[in-house]
Amino acid sequence: MRILSWAYLLALFAFILLPVVTLVIFSFQDGRLPVPPFKGATLDWYREILTDRALMEALGNSLIVALLSSLVALVLGFLAASGLARVLLPGTVVMRGLLIAPMTVSYLIIALGLLQMFNKVGIRPSLLATGIGHVVINLPLCFAILYAAIGEHQKSALKAARDLGAKEWQVLWFVAAPMLTPGLAAAFFLAFTFSWDEFIIAFLLTRFDVTLPVEIWSMLRSGLSPATNAVGSLVFLVSVIVVVALELTLFRKGSK
Amino acid sequence: MVAPALLWTLAFFVVPFAAMVMMSLAHMEGRDIVQGHDLGNYLKIFTDPSLRRGIFVSLEITVVVTLISVLLAWPLAWIIATRVPPRWRRIALLLAVLPFWTSYVVRSYSWALVLGEKGVVMNALVGLGLLAEPVQIMATRAATIIGFVHFFVMLLTLTIYSNLVQLSPNYARAAEDLGASRWQVIRLVILPLTLPGVMTGAFLTFVLCIGDYITPQILGGNNELSLPQLIMLQLGRRGDFPMASALSVVLMVIVTLAYAGCARWLKMERL
Repeated sequence: MRILSWAYLLALFAFILLPVVTLVIFSFQDGRLPVPPFKGATLDWYREILTDRALMEALGNSLIVALLSSLVALVLGFLAASGLARVLLPGTVVMRGLLIAPMTVSYLIIALGLLQMFNKVGIRPSLLATGIGHVVINLPLCFAILYAAIGEHQKSALKAARDLGAKEWQVLWFVAAPMLTPGLAAAFFLAFTFSWDEFIIAFLLTRFDVTLPVEIWSMLRSGLSPATNAVGSLVFLVSVIVVVALELTLFRKGSK
Repeated sequence: MVAPALLWTLAFFVVPFAAMVMMSLAHMEGRDIVQGHDLGNYLKIFTDPSLRRGIFVSLEITVVVTLISVLLAWPLAWIIATRVPPRWRRIALLLAVLPFWTSYVVRSYSWALVLGEKGVVMNALVGLGLLAEPVQIMATRAATIIGFVHFFVMLLTLTIYSNLVQLSPNYARAAEDLGASRWQVIRLVILPLTLPGVMTGAFLTFVLCIGDYITPQILGGNNELSLPQLIMLQLGRRGDFPMASALSVVLMVIVTLAYAGCARWLKMERL
């Protein structure tokens, strides 16, 4: 049983890590194709992608869209969660359901619906359109995380602040937000990651200014190349740093 | 305070969705969309062999992927939760889901790299003498399934693990005291108790898998088309929004049915 367990663990780890390890190793390939044999290490491909203007622009676009759309989703989700946690009205369940609903719909369908609506009202495919779409997919996430973070203790603190005469914005800014900091941070980072990595909405709702996943997608059309490996490895590195940083700071402090 | 979020959801989710359902009732005349109120597109989906095939391709792939992923992820989550020494647990879990955080497009590309005719896997198999010559995996359903299983094993390991660590060890201890063998403890006690986690993960897998365009497009190629690939094809070739919308509505209905089918086991609020 013991040996079997370890063998299984190793086999699955090999399966899970194989593509990523291959990706990273062959990003250093000194040759035109990122397949065996490994011909020696070079950083040329990294130099190439870091000086690629289209790629760097896409990177910038992705950062802007991810940052702004997660901020909007966070604020909207925070307001809605604090609002709905206040009193239990008959409409609460319906509103909660409506806010969560986009979570169960494929991104492709959300993108298609937005594309048609934007066509009709004359909004061109753009980063703005993509950002709106990303708020749609991340708002349910932010709302759900923050709504779950508001327990009985938080509710009575909010009520106490109101009873003592705090204005609504003061309640939110001085009481709710500080209390919910771990939830706010978790929601923001998750939303940021999802937007950063989102492909199909960005693919359908942008045209000239594209985001990084869309740019990588167009690199794929020219076949396998160590340059694509290099981009992928860099993206991976950034995500790993963020995840490890979160692991060491936010999640270690017993916030779950 | 709820109003802004509700308005946003109405304007950019409910309204576009309604518009899409309306659009699915229209049809194409030449390059123009003619609004109508007929079910022609839906009839065509169920009579046209290539469109109908897409639904079955997607369903088959999704069901197979969901089953394999659950079967692989459960033992992995269990081993990490119970066999791995406590101080290594978080690191083992982190390692088990590390590629989860790479870009989705890049992850599919990495599999194309690994599974290709000259890729690492074929090289190793031929090199070890297990295969006389490379076998074509890329651009087949097998490649799509491998790519999907890779992603969803990680997702399911997370949901099942979080379920396992919440279980009190007393259940297993009680069963052991009453004379159950180790295997009986797993099968009759632990496994049923993790059903909520398994079902939540399986449902997520189903929804994400059946709606995904990237993995079948990069790994499966164009030999057989899944539902999302068909939707993109309608958009790309001649801007047939009505048909793309009708296919999307069908996709939506399938997901809703799946939800209804396993709703009583789901605990979505835990996510």
